[in-house]
Amino acid sequence: MSALLQINALVKTFGGVAATDKVDLAVTKGELHAIIGPNGAGKTTLISQLSGTLIPDSGTILLNGKNITKKPAYTRARLGIARSYQITSLVMEMTVRQNVALAVQSKEGHAFRFIRAADKIAHLQNAALEALRDVGLDVRADDLTTELSHGEHRLLEIAIALATGAELLLLDEPMAGLGPEESAKMVTFLKELKGTRTILLIEHDMDAVFALADRISVLVYGRIIATGTPTEIRADASVRHAYLGEG
Amino acid sequence: MKSMSRTSWITLAGMAALLILPPLFLWSGNEFYLQLATRLVILAIAAVSLNLVLGYGGLVSFGHAAYIGIGAYAVGIPAYHETYGGFDSIASYDGLFHVALAVGISALFALVTGAISLRTKGVYFIMITMAFGQMAYYLFFSINEYGGDDGLVIDVRSEVPGLNLDNPLQLYLLSYVALVAAMLIVRTIINSRFGMVIKGAKGNNDRLVGLGYNTYLYRLAAYVISGAMAGFAGALLGNFTTFISPEMMGWTRSGELMFMVILGGAATTFGPVLGAVIFILLEEILSSYTIFWQLPFGLILIGVVLFARGGLMGFLTTKWRKP
Repeated sequence: MSALLQINALVKTFGGVAATDKVDLAVTKGELHAIIGPNGAGKTTLISQLSGTLIPDSGTILLNGKNITKKPAYTRARLGIARSYQITSLVMEMTVRQNVALAVQSKEGHAFRFIRAADKIAHLQNAALEALRDVGLDVRADDLTTELSHGEHRLLEIAIALATGAELLLLDEPMAGLGPEESAKMVTFLKELKGTRTILLIEHDMDAVFALADRISVLVYGRIIATGTPTEIRADASVRHAYLGEG
Repeated sequence: MKSMSRTSWITLAGMAALLILPPLFLWSGNEFYLQLATRLVILAIAAVSLNLVLGYGGLVSFGHAAYIGIGAYAVGIPAYHETYGGFDSIASYDGLFHVALAVGISALFALVTGAISLRTKGVYFIMITMAFGQMAYYLFFSINEYGGDDGLVIDVRSEVPGLNLDNPLQLYLLSYVALVAAMLIVRTIINSRFGMVIKGAKGNNDRLVGLGYNTYLYRLAAYVISGAMAGFAGALLGNFTTFISPEMMGWTRSGELMFMVILGGAATTFGPVLGAVIFILLEEILSSYTIFWQLPFGLILIGVVLFARGGLMGFLTTKWRKP
C-alpha cells in the first residue's frame, strides 16, 4: 500500500493560533479516509492547504511523491486533486450541465480553444451528462444552477469533483445542511464511489463517517490525536475523552 | 426558449435597420444622419469589445477609451509623417499598415497593463485600469510633435485596396461590416471552451481555479483580445473624424463606453450596440433642446440602470413575455 497523499509536519497559524499544528497524515491509494473533529478543530483549514487555497507556514505535502506544498490551486487540480466545498461553490448563473462540462474540459490541458461552441462538443457534453447521471441530476442538466435545491447543489458539487477525473477527492462536509433522507442518499452514493477513487472526507455526521470510512483521523485543536479503523477509533480512550465527550 | 428567439429577433431587426436606414438618409439628402450613424457604429464596435471583458468577464475596465485613442493615433501619426516627413520607418498612408499598428499596439498595451491590473480585484481593478487610461491620455497630451492637447489633423485618410474612405457611404459600410465581424467574434469566443472559462470565472473564480484553470491567464487573453478590437475601432474613428486629440481617450470617454454596454445590456450580443444607438441618439436629441442636456441625459441613464435590470435588452426580452 502506497501513500497517494503524504502530509508531514504541516503547520498553519492565524495570528498566533495554530489552526494546523504539526499534522502528519498519510492517505493510502484507494481508501476512504475520514477526518473528524469538533468545530474549530481546523478541518477546513487543513483541506484548504491540500487544495491550495491556503499555503502552509511550514511542513510538506506530497502527492504521489511529488512536493506540492507551494503549488497554486490550479496546478494541484491538474495533478489530480478535486475539492468539493463545505459552503456550496458553483457557478450559479450557468446551467447544471455547463458547471460539470467545465470540470470535464479541465482534463484537456488548457482551454485556449476559441472557435467551436462548447455546448456542441459531444464528448464534453456526454461526459458531463454521465457524471450528472451518476448522482441522479441528469434530469436537471439544462436548468440554471441557481434553481436547484440545497441538496441538489451538494450532489452537483460531487458530480463536478468526479467529472474532473481527479485521483484524490477532498470532500468537505458533503452532508452539510442535508435532511435525513438526502443524507442517506449521499451515504449510499459515497459507498458506491468508495474504492474507485481515493477520498479524504470531512464530515460531522458520525453515523455516516463510521459507516463509510476505511480509516479515521481525529483532529482536535489542529492536532491529529488518533488515526485508525472505525473500530479502533471507537475504542480509543483519548478520542472518547477529547471528542466524543465521554469519560 | 421564448426569450431566446425574442433576443435573436431584436438583434436581427436592429442590425437590419442599421444596414438600411443610414444609406437611405444619405440618398434622401440628410448626410448628417449618415455621419451620426458612422460615429455610432464605430463606438458600438468599441462597446462590443468592452462587453467581452465587462459583460461576460465581469472585469470593469475603466480605461477602454485609451485603445480608441491608440488606434486613432496609429492612423494619424504614420499619415502625419508621410505628409510632413520624419520617421520614415512608420510613415505611410497604407490602411492595412495602420490597422496592423492599431491592433498590434493596442494588444501590447492591453497585455502590459492587463498583466498588472488583473492582479487586483473589484474597485482596485477599476481604479488601476482608469489610471493606465489616463497615463495614455497624458502621454499624447504631452507630445507636441503631434499637436499635444490641440490634437492632430489627419490630412489623408487610410488607403484601403478597393475602397475609398473619403466616400462617406463606403466608410459607413466598412464600419458596419466591422461591427458585424466584432459581434460574431465575441459571440464565437464566448460560446467556446475559452468563453466558458471566462464566464465561469465571473460567476465563481475560486471554483474555476479549483478545477485547474489559471483564470488570470484566461482573463489576460480576453483583455488583450478586447483591447485589440477597441484599437481597431479607434483606427476607424480616426478615419471618420480625421481629427484626433487626447480628449478621445480621457476617462469620461471610457465611462461613456461602459454606459453603452450597461445601458444596452451587458453580456448580450446586441446589447452594447443598442446601448451605443440609444446613447448617441439621446445625446443628439437632448442637446438640440438645451445646452444643459447632460442633466436629463444623466437622469435617463440612472433610470435605466435602476429600473431595467439587464439593461434595455433585459427589459425588452422579459417585459414582453406573457405570464
